[in-house]
Amino acid sequence: MNFNAVLTIYIFEMRRFFRTITQSLISPVLSTSLYFVVFGTAIGSRIQEVEGVSYGAFIVPGLIMLTVMTQATSNASFGIYFPKFIGTIYELLSAPVSFLEIVAGYVGAAATKAMFIGLIIFATSFFFVDITVAHPLAMIAFLTLTCISFALLGFIIGIWAGNFEQLQLIPLLVITPLVFLGGSFYSISMLSPVWQTITLFNPVVYLISGFRWSFFGTADVAIGVSLMAIALFTGLCLLFIWWIFRTGWRIRQ
Amino acid sequence: MSAIVSVQNLRKAYAGGFEALKSINLDIEEGEILALLGPNGAGKTTLISTICGITVPTSGKITVGGFDTQTDFRATRSLIGLVPQEINLEPFETVMSSVSFSRGLFGKPRNDDYIMSILEQLSLADKKDSKIMTLSGGMKRRVLIAKALSHEPRVLFLDEPTAGVDVELRKDMWEVVAGLKASGVTIILTTHYIEEAEAIADRVGVINKGEILLIQDKADLMAQMGQKQLKIELAAPTDTIPKALETYDLTRSEDGQYLTYSYDTTGERTGITTLLGDLQKAGLQMKDIQTQQSSLEDIFVGLVKEET
Repeated sequence: MNFNAVLTIYIFEMRRFFRTITQSLISPVLSTSLYFVVFGTAIGSRIQEVEGVSYGAFIVPGLIMLTVMTQATSNASFGIYFPKFIGTIYELLSAPVSFLEIVAGYVGAAATKAMFIGLIIFATSFFFVDITVAHPLAMIAFLTLTCISFALLGFIIGIWAGNFEQLQLIPLLVITPLVFLGGSFYSISMLSPVWQTITLFNPVVYLISGFRWSFFGTADVAIGVSLMAIALFTGLCLLFIWWIFRTGWRIRQ
Repeated sequence: MSAIVSVQNLRKAYAGGFEALKSINLDIEEGEILALLGPNGAGKTTLISTICGITVPTSGKITVGGFDTQTDFRATRSLIGLVPQEINLEPFETVMSSVSFSRGLFGKPRNDDYIMSILEQLSLADKKDSKIMTLSGGMKRRVLIAKALSHEPRVLFLDEPTAGVDVELRKDMWEVVAGLKASGVTIILTTHYIEEAEAIADRVGVINKGEILLIQDKADLMAQMGQKQLKIELAAPTDTIPKALETYDLTRSEDGQYLTYSYDTTGERTGITTLLGDLQKAGLQMKDIQTQQSSLEDIFVGLVKEET
Protein backbone atom coordinates (compact mmCIF):
# COMPACT_ATOMS: atom_id res chain seq x y z
CA MET A 1 0.00 0.00 0.00
CA ASN A 2 1.39 3.37 -1.06
CA PHE A 3 0.15 5.50 1.86
CA ASN A 4 2.38 8.38 0.89
CA ALA A 5 0.57 8.61 -2.43
CA VAL A 6 -2.89 8.56 -0.83
CA LEU A 7 -1.85 11.28 1.59
CA THR A 8 -0.20 13.30 -1.18
CA ILE A 9 -3.33 13.27 -3.34
CA TYR A 10 -5.53 14.00 -0.32
CA ILE A 11 -3.47 16.97 0.84
CA PHE A 12 -3.12 18.29 -2.71
CA GLU A 13 -6.90 18.26 -3.17
CA MET A 14 -7.59 19.74 0.25
CA ARG A 15 -5.16 22.55 -0.50
CA ARG A 16 -7.21 23.44 -3.55
CA PHE A 17 -10.26 23.60 -1.30
CA PHE A 18 -8.61 25.90 1.19
CA ARG A 19 -7.11 28.05 -1.55
CA THR A 20 -10.60 28.81 -2.77
CA ILE A 21 -12.09 28.84 0.70
CA THR A 22 -14.34 31.84 0.10
CA GLN A 23 -15.95 30.29 -2.92
CA SER A 24 -15.92 26.85 -1.28
CA LEU A 25 -17.76 27.94 1.84
CA ILE A 26 -19.57 31.20 1.28
CA SER A 27 -21.72 30.06 -1.63
CA PRO A 28 -23.22 26.96 0.05
CA VAL A 29 -23.74 28.87 3.30
CA LEU A 30 -25.40 31.72 1.45
CA SER A 31 -27.66 29.53 -0.64
CA THR A 32 -28.67 27.51 2.42
CA SER A 33 -29.50 30.69 4.31
CA LEU A 34 -31.69 31.69 1.36
CA TYR A 35 -33.49 28.35 1.55
CA PHE A 36 -34.13 28.96 5.25
CA VAL A 37 -35.46 32.41 4.57
CA VAL A 38 -37.73 31.31 1.71
CA PHE A 39 -38.86 27.85 2.82
CA GLY A 40 -38.43 28.11 6.56
CA THR A 41 -39.64 31.61 7.23
CA ALA A 42 -41.87 32.67 4.34
CA ILE A 43 -43.53 29.36 3.51
CA GLY A 44 -42.92 27.71 6.89
CA SER A 45 -45.02 30.32 8.62
CA ARG A 46 -48.02 28.87 6.78
CA ILE A 47 -47.14 25.25 7.45
CA GLN A 48 -47.29 24.62 11.16
CA GLU A 49 -45.74 21.22 11.68
CA VAL A 50 -44.65 18.17 9.72
CA GLU A 51 -44.65 14.89 11.66
CA GLY A 52 -44.62 16.82 14.91
CA VAL A 53 -41.61 18.95 14.00
CA SER A 54 -41.69 22.64 13.09
CA TYR A 55 -41.30 23.04 9.33
CA GLY A 56 -38.16 25.16 9.68
CA ALA A 57 -36.45 22.40 11.65
CA PHE A 58 -37.91 19.69 9.41
CA ILE A 59 -36.09 20.92 6.32
CA VAL A 60 -32.66 21.12 8.03
CA PRO A 61 -31.65 17.47 7.35
CA GLY A 62 -32.93 17.75 3.77
CA LEU A 63 -30.99 20.95 3.19
CA ILE A 64 -27.80 19.46 4.56
CA MET A 65 -28.28 16.38 2.38
CA LEU A 66 -29.00 18.48 -0.70
CA THR A 67 -25.77 20.42 -0.29
CA VAL A 68 -23.64 17.48 0.77
CA MET A 69 -24.72 15.34 -2.17
CA THR A 70 -24.10 18.03 -4.77
CA GLN A 71 -20.82 19.10 -3.16
CA ALA A 72 -19.45 15.57 -2.82
CA THR A 73 -20.36 14.82 -6.42
CA SER A 74 -19.02 18.01 -7.94
CA ASN A 75 -15.82 18.06 -5.88
CA ALA A 76 -14.92 14.49 -6.72
CA SER A 77 -15.85 14.77 -10.38
CA PHE A 78 -13.86 17.97 -10.79
CA GLY A 79 -10.93 16.53 -8.80
CA ILE A 80 -10.35 13.67 -11.22
CA TYR A 81 -11.60 15.42 -14.36
CA PHE A 82 -9.18 18.34 -14.03
CA PRO A 83 -6.00 16.21 -14.33
CA LYS A 84 -7.61 14.54 -17.33
CA PHE A 85 -8.42 17.91 -18.86
CA ILE A 86 -4.99 19.49 -18.40
CA GLY A 87 -3.14 16.25 -19.06
CA THR A 88 -1.47 15.76 -15.67
CA ILE A 89 -3.23 12.39 -15.40
CA TYR A 90 -0.14 10.86 -17.07
CA GLU A 91 1.54 11.17 -13.73
CA LEU A 92 -1.15 9.24 -11.87
CA LEU A 93 -1.09 6.52 -14.51
CA SER A 94 2.68 6.12 -14.48
CA ALA A 95 3.01 6.25 -10.69
CA PRO A 96 3.26 3.15 -8.53
CA VAL A 97 -0.28 3.52 -7.23
CA SER A 98 -3.24 1.17 -7.38
CA PHE A 99 -6.81 2.18 -8.20
CA LEU A 100 -7.71 1.90 -4.55
CA GLU A 101 -5.08 4.46 -3.61
CA ILE A 102 -6.14 6.92 -6.30
CA VAL A 103 -9.79 6.57 -5.27
CA ALA A 104 -8.96 6.85 -1.57
CA GLY A 105 -7.08 10.09 -2.19
CA TYR A 106 -9.59 11.83 -4.45
CA VAL A 107 -12.78 10.49 -2.92
CA GLY A 108 -11.46 10.97 0.61
CA ALA A 109 -10.71 14.63 -0.09
CA ALA A 110 -14.03 15.27 -1.84
CA ALA A 111 -15.95 13.58 0.97
CA THR A 112 -14.07 15.59 3.58
CA LYS A 113 -14.88 18.84 1.81
CA ALA A 114 -18.56 17.91 1.53
CA MET A 115 -18.65 16.86 5.18
CA PHE A 116 -17.04 20.14 6.18
CA ILE A 117 -19.64 22.13 4.24
CA GLY A 118 -22.45 19.97 5.65
CA LEU A 119 -21.36 20.69 9.20
CA ILE A 120 -21.07 24.41 8.45
CA ILE A 121 -24.65 24.40 7.17
CA PHE A 122 -25.73 22.51 10.25
CA ALA A 123 -24.10 25.20 12.36
CA THR A 124 -25.75 27.93 10.24
CA SER A 125 -29.17 26.41 10.82
CA PHE A 126 -28.89 27.20 14.54
CA PHE A 127 -29.24 30.86 13.61
CA PHE A 128 -32.65 30.18 12.09
CA VAL A 129 -34.34 27.37 13.99
CA ASP A 130 -34.25 25.44 17.25
CA ILE A 131 -32.94 22.01 16.51
CA THR A 132 -31.89 18.99 18.50
CA VAL A 133 -30.31 15.78 17.25
CA ALA A 134 -31.87 12.60 18.63
CA HIS A 135 -29.13 10.22 17.48
CA PRO A 136 -25.87 12.19 17.01
CA LEU A 137 -23.73 9.15 16.20
CA ALA A 138 -26.18 7.92 13.60
CA MET A 139 -26.32 11.41 12.15
CA ILE A 140 -22.54 11.55 11.72
CA ALA A 141 -22.53 8.03 10.31
CA PHE A 142 -25.24 8.84 7.75
CA LEU A 143 -23.53 12.06 6.80
CA THR A 144 -20.18 10.31 6.35
CA LEU A 145 -21.65 7.51 4.27
CA THR A 146 -23.53 9.95 2.07
CA CYS A 147 -20.40 12.05 1.53
CA ILE A 148 -18.37 8.99 0.58
CA SER A 149 -20.94 7.38 -1.67
CA PHE A 150 -21.70 10.55 -3.61
CA ALA A 151 -18.00 11.33 -3.90
CA LEU A 152 -17.61 7.86 -5.44
CA LEU A 153 -20.40 8.71 -7.87
CA GLY A 154 -18.69 12.01 -8.65
CA PHE A 155 -15.42 10.19 -9.30
CA ILE A 156 -17.19 8.00 -11.86
CA ILE A 157 -18.72 11.07 -13.52
CA GLY A 158 -15.30 12.74 -13.65
CA ILE A 159 -13.77 9.71 -15.35
CA TRP A 160 -16.67 9.46 -17.77
CA ALA A 161 -16.94 13.14 -18.69
CA GLY A 162 -15.32 14.19 -21.94
CA ASN A 163 -15.87 17.90 -21.45
CA PHE A 164 -16.98 20.41 -18.85
CA GLU A 165 -20.56 20.28 -20.07
CA GLN A 166 -20.83 16.57 -19.40
CA LEU A 167 -19.26 17.16 -16.02
CA GLN A 168 -22.23 19.33 -15.06
CA LEU A 169 -24.82 17.24 -16.84
CA ILE A 170 -25.45 14.41 -14.37
CA PRO A 171 -25.46 16.54 -11.23
CA LEU A 172 -27.85 18.93 -12.95
CA LEU A 173 -30.14 16.48 -14.69
CA VAL A 174 -30.12 13.57 -12.26
CA ILE A 175 -28.95 14.41 -8.79
CA THR A 176 -30.66 17.75 -8.22
CA PRO A 177 -34.14 16.49 -9.31
CA LEU A 178 -33.74 13.29 -7.30
CA VAL A 179 -32.76 15.23 -4.20
CA PHE A 180 -35.57 17.78 -4.59
CA LEU A 181 -38.12 15.03 -5.19
CA GLY A 182 -36.59 12.85 -2.51
CA GLY A 183 -38.34 14.57 0.34
CA SER A 184 -35.83 17.28 1.20
CA PHE A 185 -38.58 19.78 1.81
CA TYR A 186 -41.59 17.59 2.53
CA SER A 187 -42.59 14.29 4.05
CA ILE A 188 -43.53 11.53 1.66
CA SER A 189 -46.68 10.98 3.68
CA MET A 190 -47.89 14.35 2.37
CA LEU A 191 -48.11 12.88 -1.15
CA SER A 192 -50.98 10.93 -2.70
CA PRO A 193 -50.59 7.09 -2.49
CA VAL A 194 -49.61 6.80 -6.18
CA TRP A 195 -46.85 9.35 -5.87
CA GLN A 196 -45.73 7.78 -2.60
CA THR A 197 -45.15 4.50 -4.46
CA ILE A 198 -43.34 6.23 -7.33
CA THR A 199 -41.18 8.16 -4.88
CA LEU A 200 -39.96 4.93 -3.31
CA PHE A 201 -38.03 4.24 -6.52
CA ASN A 202 -35.93 7.32 -5.82
CA PRO A 203 -32.83 6.12 -3.96
CA VAL A 204 -32.29 9.53 -2.39
CA VAL A 205 -35.51 9.11 -0.39
CA TYR A 206 -33.85 6.46 1.74
CA LEU A 207 -30.84 8.61 2.47
CA ILE A 208 -32.84 11.69 3.44
CA SER A 209 -35.30 9.64 5.44
CA GLY A 210 -32.54 7.91 7.38
CA PHE A 211 -30.74 11.17 7.98
CA ARG A 212 -33.92 12.81 9.17
CA TRP A 213 -34.52 9.91 11.54
CA SER A 214 -31.19 10.63 13.19
CA PHE A 215 -32.48 14.15 13.95
CA PHE A 216 -36.09 13.58 14.96
CA GLY A 217 -36.48 9.86 15.52
CA THR A 218 -39.19 9.60 12.85
CA ALA A 219 -38.75 8.49 9.27
CA ASP A 220 -40.62 7.89 6.02
CA VAL A 221 -39.05 4.47 5.56
CA ALA A 222 -37.60 2.05 8.11
CA ILE A 223 -34.09 2.93 9.21
CA GLY A 224 -32.79 -0.54 8.35
CA VAL A 225 -33.98 -0.11 4.77
CA SER A 226 -32.26 3.28 4.61
CA LEU A 227 -28.99 1.77 5.76
CA MET A 228 -29.25 -1.04 3.26
CA ALA A 229 -30.00 1.42 0.46
CA ILE A 230 -26.94 3.51 1.15
CA ALA A 231 -24.74 0.44 1.55
CA LEU A 232 -26.01 -0.89 -1.77
CA PHE A 233 -25.37 2.45 -3.50
CA THR A 234 -21.83 2.64 -2.10
CA GLY A 235 -21.19 -0.95 -3.13
CA LEU A 236 -22.39 -0.34 -6.68
CA CYS A 237 -20.20 2.73 -7.06
CA LEU A 238 -17.16 0.83 -5.77
CA LEU A 239 -17.84 -2.05 -8.11
CA PHE A 240 -18.11 0.30 -11.07
CA ILE A 241 -14.87 2.06 -10.15
CA TRP A 242 -13.11 -1.26 -9.77
CA TRP A 243 -14.31 -2.16 -13.26
CA ILE A 244 -13.10 1.22 -14.62
CA PHE A 245 -9.58 0.61 -13.40
CA ARG A 246 -9.54 -3.02 -14.42
CA THR A 247 -10.50 -2.22 -18.00
CA GLY A 248 -8.88 1.22 -18.19
CA TRP A 249 -12.21 2.64 -19.39
CA ARG A 250 -11.77 6.25 -20.47
CA ILE A 251 -8.34 6.55 -18.88
CA ARG A 252 -5.84 3.85 -19.88
CA GLN A 253 -5.84 2.54 -23.42
CA MET B 1 26.74 -3.82 -18.76
CA SER B 2 23.32 -5.29 -18.14
CA ALA B 3 19.98 -4.25 -19.57
CA ILE B 4 17.96 -2.15 -17.16
CA VAL B 5 14.97 -2.07 -19.50
CA SER B 6 14.17 -5.07 -21.63
CA VAL B 7 11.33 -5.17 -24.14
CA GLN B 8 10.42 -8.48 -25.74
CA ASN B 9 8.02 -9.02 -28.63
CA LEU B 10 5.99 -6.00 -27.60
CA ARG B 11 2.89 -5.46 -29.66
CA LYS B 12 0.25 -2.78 -29.25
CA ALA B 13 -2.90 -2.71 -31.31
CA TYR B 14 -5.71 -0.25 -30.64
CA ALA B 15 -9.39 -1.09 -30.65
CA GLY B 16 -9.79 0.30 -34.16
CA GLY B 17 -7.25 -2.26 -35.40
CA PHE B 18 -4.40 0.23 -35.78
CA GLU B 19 -1.13 -1.46 -34.90
CA ALA B 20 1.00 1.15 -33.17
CA LEU B 21 3.79 -1.26 -32.24
CA LYS B 22 4.68 -4.45 -34.11
CA SER B 23 6.82 -6.89 -32.18
CA ILE B 24 9.36 -4.53 -30.64
CA ASN B 25 12.52 -5.98 -29.14
CA LEU B 26 14.80 -3.63 -27.29
CA ASP B 27 17.40 -3.79 -24.53
CA ILE B 28 18.45 -0.58 -22.84
CA GLU B 29 21.75 -0.68 -21.02
CA GLU B 30 22.18 0.87 -17.60
CA GLY B 31 23.79 4.30 -17.78
CA GLU B 32 23.47 4.90 -21.49
CA ILE B 33 21.68 7.58 -23.44
CA LEU B 34 19.53 6.02 -26.10
CA ALA B 35 17.93 8.21 -28.72
CA LEU B 36 14.87 6.91 -30.51
CA LEU B 37 14.53 8.61 -33.84
CA GLY B 38 11.47 8.47 -35.96
CA PRO B 39 8.99 10.55 -37.89
CA ASN B 40 5.69 11.67 -36.35
CA GLY B 41 3.38 8.75 -35.66
CA ALA B 42 6.21 6.21 -35.76
CA GLY B 43 5.26 4.75 -32.36
CA LYS B 44 7.87 6.47 -30.19
CA THR B 45 5.42 7.82 -27.64
CA THR B 46 3.40 4.60 -27.60
CA LEU B 47 6.55 2.64 -26.83
CA ILE B 48 7.46 4.94 -23.96
CA SER B 49 3.90 5.03 -22.62
CA THR B 50 3.76 1.26 -22.61
CA ILE B 51 7.01 0.91 -20.70
CA CYS B 52 5.81 3.52 -18.18
CA GLY B 53 2.44 1.84 -17.67
CA ILE B 54 0.19 4.48 -19.23
CA THR B 55 -0.69 2.21 -22.13
CA VAL B 56 -1.47 -1.48 -21.75
CA PRO B 57 0.44 -3.76 -24.14
CA THR B 58 -1.54 -6.12 -26.38
CA SER B 59 1.12 -8.78 -26.03
CA GLY B 60 4.78 -9.13 -25.14
CA LYS B 61 6.82 -8.59 -22.02
CA ILE B 62 8.64 -5.61 -20.54
CA THR B 63 11.00 -5.74 -17.59
CA VAL B 64 12.55 -2.80 -15.77
CA GLY B 65 15.32 -3.53 -13.30
CA GLY B 66 14.38 -7.20 -13.65
CA PHE B 67 10.74 -6.65 -12.65
CA ASP B 68 7.78 -7.24 -14.93
CA THR B 69 5.82 -4.05 -15.69
CA GLN B 70 2.51 -5.90 -15.52
CA THR B 71 2.86 -8.06 -12.43
CA ASP B 72 5.33 -5.90 -10.48
CA PHE B 73 4.12 -2.50 -11.57
CA ARG B 74 4.99 -0.83 -8.28
CA ALA B 75 8.62 -1.87 -8.53
CA THR B 76 9.04 -0.93 -12.19
CA ARG B 77 7.25 2.40 -12.02
CA SER B 78 9.28 3.44 -8.96
CA LEU B 79 12.41 3.09 -11.08
CA ILE B 80 11.11 5.23 -13.93
CA GLY B 81 10.73 8.96 -14.39
CA LEU B 82 8.75 10.24 -17.35
CA VAL B 83 8.91 13.63 -19.01
CA PRO B 84 5.95 13.82 -21.37
CA GLN B 85 5.94 15.51 -24.73
CA GLU B 86 3.15 17.95 -23.92
CA ILE B 87 3.57 20.51 -21.17
CA ASN B 88 1.03 19.05 -18.76
CA LEU B 89 1.17 21.00 -15.52
CA GLU B 90 -1.23 22.37 -12.92
CA PRO B 91 -1.14 26.09 -13.74
CA PHE B 92 -2.10 27.34 -10.27
CA GLU B 93 0.43 25.31 -8.31
CA THR B 94 3.87 26.54 -7.34
CA VAL B 95 6.95 24.80 -8.70
CA MET B 96 7.82 23.43 -5.27
CA SER B 97 4.39 22.01 -4.54
CA SER B 98 4.07 20.47 -7.98
CA VAL B 99 7.44 18.73 -7.72
CA SER B 100 6.76 17.63 -4.13
CA PHE B 101 3.42 16.20 -5.24
CA SER B 102 5.20 13.99 -7.77
CA ARG B 103 7.59 12.72 -5.14
CA GLY B 104 4.75 11.85 -2.78
CA LEU B 105 2.77 10.18 -5.53
CA PHE B 106 5.68 7.84 -6.12
CA GLY B 107 5.59 6.88 -2.46
CA LYS B 108 8.68 8.71 -1.29
CA PRO B 109 8.67 10.58 2.01
CA ARG B 110 8.89 14.34 1.81
CA ASN B 111 12.43 15.63 1.31
CA ASP B 112 12.65 19.35 0.58
CA ASP B 113 16.45 19.35 0.49
CA TYR B 114 16.47 16.78 -2.27
CA ILE B 115 13.83 18.67 -4.26
CA MET B 116 15.85 21.87 -3.88
CA SER B 117 18.96 20.13 -5.18
CA ILE B 118 17.05 19.09 -8.31
CA LEU B 119 15.66 22.58 -8.77
CA GLU B 120 19.18 23.97 -8.48
CA GLN B 121 20.50 21.48 -11.01
CA LEU B 122 17.80 22.64 -13.41
CA SER B 123 18.29 26.35 -12.64
CA LEU B 124 14.81 26.55 -11.15
CA ALA B 125 15.76 27.25 -7.54
CA ASP B 126 14.77 30.92 -7.66
CA LYS B 127 11.40 29.98 -9.16
CA LYS B 128 10.42 27.53 -6.46
CA ASP B 129 7.58 29.65 -5.12
CA SER B 130 6.41 30.91 -8.51
CA LYS B 131 3.12 29.70 -9.90
CA ILE B 132 3.65 27.49 -12.91
CA MET B 133 1.45 29.65 -15.13
CA THR B 134 3.90 32.53 -14.73
CA LEU B 135 6.84 30.53 -16.12
CA SER B 136 8.17 30.54 -19.67
CA GLY B 137 7.84 27.48 -21.91
CA GLY B 138 11.44 26.45 -21.34
CA MET B 139 11.05 26.76 -17.58
CA LYS B 140 7.90 24.65 -17.66
CA ARG B 141 9.78 21.93 -19.47
CA ARG B 142 12.37 22.01 -16.73
CA VAL B 143 9.61 21.69 -14.14
CA LEU B 144 8.46 18.54 -15.94
CA ILE B 145 11.99 17.17 -15.72
CA ALA B 146 12.16 18.09 -12.03
CA LYS B 147 8.89 16.27 -11.43
CA ALA B 148 10.19 13.20 -13.23
CA LEU B 149 13.38 13.24 -11.15
CA SER B 150 11.65 13.96 -7.83
CA HIS B 151 11.45 10.30 -6.79
CA GLU B 152 15.07 9.49 -7.63
CA PRO B 153 14.44 7.26 -10.66
CA ARG B 154 17.16 5.17 -12.29
CA VAL B 155 15.65 5.44 -15.76
CA LEU B 156 14.45 8.67 -17.28
CA PHE B 157 12.26 8.87 -20.37
CA LEU B 158 12.28 12.17 -22.21
CA ASP B 159 9.61 12.31 -24.86
CA GLU B 160 10.73 14.94 -27.36
CA PRO B 161 12.33 17.15 -24.73
CA THR B 162 13.24 19.86 -27.22
CA ALA B 163 10.19 19.94 -29.48
CA GLY B 164 9.30 23.55 -30.06
CA VAL B 165 12.24 24.80 -28.04
CA ASP B 166 14.58 27.43 -29.46
CA VAL B 167 18.17 26.61 -30.38
CA GLU B 168 19.77 28.10 -27.32
CA LEU B 169 17.39 26.35 -24.95
CA ARG B 170 17.94 23.11 -26.80
CA LYS B 171 21.66 23.31 -26.14
CA ASP B 172 20.81 24.02 -22.50
CA MET B 173 18.66 20.93 -22.40
CA TRP B 174 21.48 18.83 -23.82
CA GLU B 175 23.68 20.03 -21.01
CA VAL B 176 21.04 19.07 -18.50
CA VAL B 177 20.84 15.61 -20.06
CA ALA B 178 24.62 15.24 -19.99
CA GLY B 179 24.57 16.21 -16.31
CA LEU B 180 21.93 13.59 -15.58
CA LYS B 181 23.90 10.91 -17.35
CA ALA B 182 26.92 11.85 -15.26
CA SER B 183 24.83 11.28 -12.14
CA GLY B 184 24.20 7.72 -13.31
CA VAL B 185 20.68 7.97 -14.72
CA THR B 186 19.85 5.92 -17.80
CA ILE B 187 18.19 8.17 -20.36
CA ILE B 188 15.92 7.31 -23.24
CA LEU B 189 14.86 10.21 -25.37
CA THR B 190 12.75 10.41 -28.43
CA THR B 191 13.31 13.06 -30.99
CA HIS B 192 12.87 13.83 -34.58
CA TYR B 193 15.81 16.17 -34.59
CA ILE B 194 18.65 14.12 -35.95
CA GLU B 195 21.24 16.56 -34.73
CA GLU B 196 19.97 15.98 -31.21
CA ALA B 197 20.64 12.25 -31.38
CA GLU B 198 23.98 12.97 -33.01
CA ALA B 199 24.94 15.40 -30.27
CA ILE B 200 24.04 13.52 -27.11
CA ALA B 201 23.20 9.86 -27.66
CA ASP B 202 25.40 6.82 -27.05
CA ARG B 203 23.15 4.62 -29.10
CA VAL B 204 20.59 5.43 -31.72
CA GLY B 205 17.45 3.52 -32.57
CA VAL B 206 15.40 4.27 -35.63
CA ILE B 207 11.71 3.52 -35.35
CA ASN B 208 9.10 3.82 -38.06
CA LYS B 209 5.56 2.47 -38.42
CA GLY B 210 5.78 0.60 -35.12
CA GLU B 211 9.00 -1.21 -35.92
CA ILE B 212 12.57 -0.71 -34.82
CA LEU B 213 14.48 -0.57 -38.08
CA LEU B 214 17.87 -0.31 -36.52
CA ILE B 215 19.54 0.08 -33.17
CA GLN B 216 23.23 0.68 -32.97
CA ASP B 217 26.08 2.43 -31.28
CA LYS B 218 26.05 5.94 -32.68
CA ALA B 219 29.73 6.02 -33.63
CA ASP B 220 29.56 2.53 -35.19
CA LEU B 221 26.47 3.47 -37.06
CA MET B 222 27.99 6.56 -38.50
CA ALA B 223 31.24 4.81 -39.33
CA GLN B 224 29.51 1.81 -40.83
CA MET B 225 26.99 3.60 -42.90
CA GLY B 226 28.90 6.83 -43.19
CA GLN B 227 30.50 7.01 -46.57
CA LYS B 228 32.98 9.76 -46.99
CA GLN B 229 33.43 11.66 -50.17
CA LEU B 230 36.41 13.50 -51.52
CA LYS B 231 35.49 16.27 -53.89
CA ILE B 232 38.27 17.40 -56.16
CA GLU B 233 38.04 20.67 -58.02
CA LEU B 234 40.16 20.67 -61.12
CA ALA B 235 42.09 23.63 -62.45
CA ALA B 236 40.69 22.91 -65.89
CA PRO B 237 37.60 20.85 -66.73
CA THR B 238 38.10 17.38 -68.13
CA ASP B 239 35.92 15.66 -70.71
CA THR B 240 36.51 12.13 -69.54
CA ILE B 241 37.92 10.29 -66.61
CA PRO B 242 41.43 9.25 -67.74
CA LYS B 243 41.92 5.52 -68.32
CA ALA B 244 44.59 5.32 -65.61
CA LEU B 245 41.99 6.35 -63.04
CA GLU B 246 39.26 3.93 -64.06
CA THR B 247 39.98 1.59 -61.15
CA TYR B 248 38.87 4.29 -58.72
CA ASP B 249 35.25 4.90 -57.80
CA LEU B 250 35.13 8.30 -59.42
CA THR B 251 32.28 10.34 -60.77
CA ARG B 252 32.67 13.35 -62.98
CA SER B 253 30.45 16.39 -62.61
CA GLU B 254 28.55 17.45 -65.70
CA ASP B 255 30.74 20.43 -66.42
CA GLY B 256 33.85 18.31 -65.89
CA GLN B 257 35.07 20.71 -63.22
CA TYR B 258 34.75 18.28 -60.32
CA LEU B 259 35.66 14.67 -59.63
CA THR B 260 34.09 12.95 -56.65
CA TYR B 261 35.72 9.96 -55.01
CA SER B 262 33.69 7.84 -52.57
CA TYR B 263 35.47 5.77 -49.96
CA ASP B 264 34.82 3.94 -46.76
CA THR B 265 36.32 5.45 -43.63
CA THR B 266 36.35 2.07 -41.89
CA GLY B 267 38.43 0.42 -44.64
CA GLU B 268 42.10 -0.29 -44.03
CA ARG B 269 43.16 1.92 -46.86
CA THR B 270 41.17 4.80 -48.13
CA GLY B 271 43.13 4.97 -51.35
CA ILE B 272 43.38 8.73 -51.18
CA THR B 273 47.15 8.94 -51.36
CA THR B 274 47.47 6.75 -54.43
CA LEU B 275 44.52 8.51 -56.08
CA LEU B 276 46.12 11.89 -55.63
CA GLY B 277 49.39 10.53 -57.03
CA ASP B 278 47.65 8.98 -60.01
CA LEU B 279 45.73 12.19 -60.68
CA GLN B 280 48.97 14.05 -61.02
CA LYS B 281 50.44 11.32 -63.23
CA ALA B 282 47.37 11.57 -65.46
CA GLY B 283 48.13 15.26 -65.85
CA LEU B 284 45.13 16.63 -64.00
CA GLN B 285 45.82 19.78 -62.00
CA MET B 286 43.94 20.17 -58.75
CA LYS B 287 42.59 23.53 -57.65
CA ASP B 288 40.96 22.52 -54.39
CA ILE B 289 39.86 19.45 -52.47
CA GLN B 290 37.27 18.92 -49.75
CA THR B 291 35.78 15.95 -47.90
CA GLN B 292 32.17 15.34 -46.87
CA GLN B 293 30.83 12.80 -44.41
CA SER B 294 27.23 11.65 -44.52
CA SER B 295 25.36 12.73 -41.40
CA LEU B 296 22.94 10.73 -39.30
CA GLU B 297 20.25 12.60 -41.17
CA ASP B 298 21.30 11.04 -44.49
CA ILE B 299 21.29 7.61 -42.87
CA PHE B 300 17.92 8.22 -41.26
CA VAL B 301 16.28 9.56 -44.38
CA GLY B 302 17.72 6.63 -46.32
CA LEU B 303 16.31 4.10 -43.84
CA VAL B 304 12.86 5.60 -43.57
CA LYS B 305 12.63 6.01 -47.32
CA GLU B 306 13.60 2.40 -47.88
CA GLU B 307 10.70 1.42 -45.66
CA THR B 308 8.03 3.31 -47.52
